[in-house]
Amino acid sequence: MLQMKKMNGFTKHTLIIVFGIAMLYPVLWLISSSFKPNELIFTESGLWSSSFTLENYVNGWRGFQGIAFGKFFANSWLISILSVLGNVITCSFAAFAFARLNFKFQKIWFAMMLVTIMLPYHVTLVPQYVIYSELHWVNTYFPLVLPKWLAHDSFFILMMVQFIRGIPRELDESATIDGCNQRQIYFRMIMPLLVPALISAAIFTFIWSWDDFFSQMIYLSDIKLFTVQLGIRALFDPSGQSDWGALLAMSTLSLLPITLIFFVFQRYFLDGIATTGLK
Amino acid sequence: MRRSRKPLTNQHNATAYAFLLPWLIGFFCLTLGPMLYSLYLSLTKYNLLTAPKWTGFSNYIEIFKEDETFSNSMWLTIKYVFLSVPLRLVFALLIAIVLNKGIRALGVYRTIYYIPSLLGGSVAIAIVWRQIFDGNGLVNQMLSWFGISGPSWISHPSYIIYTIISLSVWQFGSAMVIFLAGLKQVPADLYEAAQVDGANKVRQFFRITLPILTPVIFFNLVMSIINSFQAFTPAFVIGDGRGGPLDATMFYTLYLYMKGFSYFDMGYASALAWIMLLVIGIFTAIIFVTSKYWVFYGDSKEGR
Repeated sequence: MLQMKKMNGFTKHTLIIVFGIAMLYPVLWLISSSFKPNELIFTESGLWSSSFTLENYVNGWRGFQGIAFGKFFANSWLISILSVLGNVITCSFAAFAFARLNFKFQKIWFAMMLVTIMLPYHVTLVPQYVIYSELHWVNTYFPLVLPKWLAHDSFFILMMVQFIRGIPRELDESATIDGCNQRQIYFRMIMPLLVPALISAAIFTFIWSWDDFFSQMIYLSDIKLFTVQLGIRALFDPSGQSDWGALLAMSTLSLLPITLIFFVFQRYFLDGIATTGLK
Repeated sequence: MRRSRKPLTNQHNATAYAFLLPWLIGFFCLTLGPMLYSLYLSLTKYNLLTAPKWTGFSNYIEIFKEDETFSNSMWLTIKYVFLSVPLRLVFALLIAIVLNKGIRALGVYRTIYYIPSLLGGSVAIAIVWRQIFDGNGLVNQMLSWFGISGPSWISHPSYIIYTIISLSVWQFGSAMVIFLAGLKQVPADLYEAAQVDGANKVRQFFRITLPILTPVIFFNLVMSIINSFQAFTPAFVIGDGRGGPLDATMFYTLYLYMKGFSYFDMGYASALAWIMLLVIGIFTAIIFVTSKYWVFYGDSKEGR
């Protein structure tokens, strides 16, 4: 009986692992192909290559039209970090107000905030573009970063509201007795306790900004401002004339920051999804 | 609760609005204002260079009466949503149940299965996808082991949509993580009681596990539908970026993008956006209204 159970367990683990590897195969193919010489990428189907080269990375890093790919990475990092800071600060401010303070029209604003979570980006796309182009902000990073400093991603507000509601109100009351005003309650007490939620929000903001191909494509056409996603798209020619080696090498590199951040903050990350239902 | 704190209310107003200020500015300048403006633009002809010209409902009339690309792209998007969302959720639920039963190394498996969701939104993975579904790509190589010679999935107008759907289903990991958390909430004594009553595994699943998970499924369903309607990058990169072959990748957002930013017909694009909002709103409303028949909020038994 026990033997049987062990056997079953073993089969089950094997199946889960085999399926897992099958799932990851596209990623593994990408990584392994990026180290193959161009002529072997599509002729040799296995992951293990007969010859190994770094040439693709050298070629890819050179970039195009005189701009090195490193510049695109620097641009993407800049946008992502500014977005993270904005989101974490302004969303947590709004969340604190909604979760802990009493004010006029609170319910109306809160309902409005909930509605904006479900609003598709495209309804405001055209007018936002018109506004930014009137302000001559097309081909700057303002259209990508400014919304984050105005707590535009309401999803994070809701997530933090829920987190703050889990913090006992008695703490606020004792802090009030000790002479803290509301502002001090936020900075000295709520914010430190909110750190796990802030980290979750930071990671998701980073990934979404890093991958946000649509807005980057609309607002950035100057090659000096290009991001990693735009750089890769520019290397890629759908009719098939791409330098595949360089393309796959830069694609591999483009996934690296996200992957690193994921593994460093994994605990916050997966628990954050589990408790808040983030994507 | 709130009423008993009335004396404090006035004290909070100034602080609260100070904390809320960035969001309020964003709400008026990035959401409400632009929404009203886009409603106005949808009733005009506007090319960004000359002032908008009032045309009444002519954009909407043209969309519904004459624009075949509109109806094609709407059906294509609906097909995408209705195949990819259920498939992704079913996959997520199945794998979550397999992983849930006190399995060793759960953390490692959870991570492995989450990685596609982590990377799947990038241009890089979309390019890889295009490659493995190409005529002599990985998928067809595998099919050839079984003696099947597959078509070029990405150049055939009737198959390319399935390539894009498979990319979406591949990212079931995030829903799976949420389901795993939901499964943890199911009290073990319910299963014990069911076992005593002689209920088999299948019955236990449909009578205990599934009902308790319905709130999680509800949430996942709403958010996935809203997000899937807005899918852009996979259609743009896996297709040729202009909706081809033969409009088979002309997703609704891609059509909207082309109208607005390739043809600079901003009024028309705004009208398309409002129709999209209405369609998403209708589907969301249907789920909300029907939810009282299928979403089970256990109040006493489940909460602990």
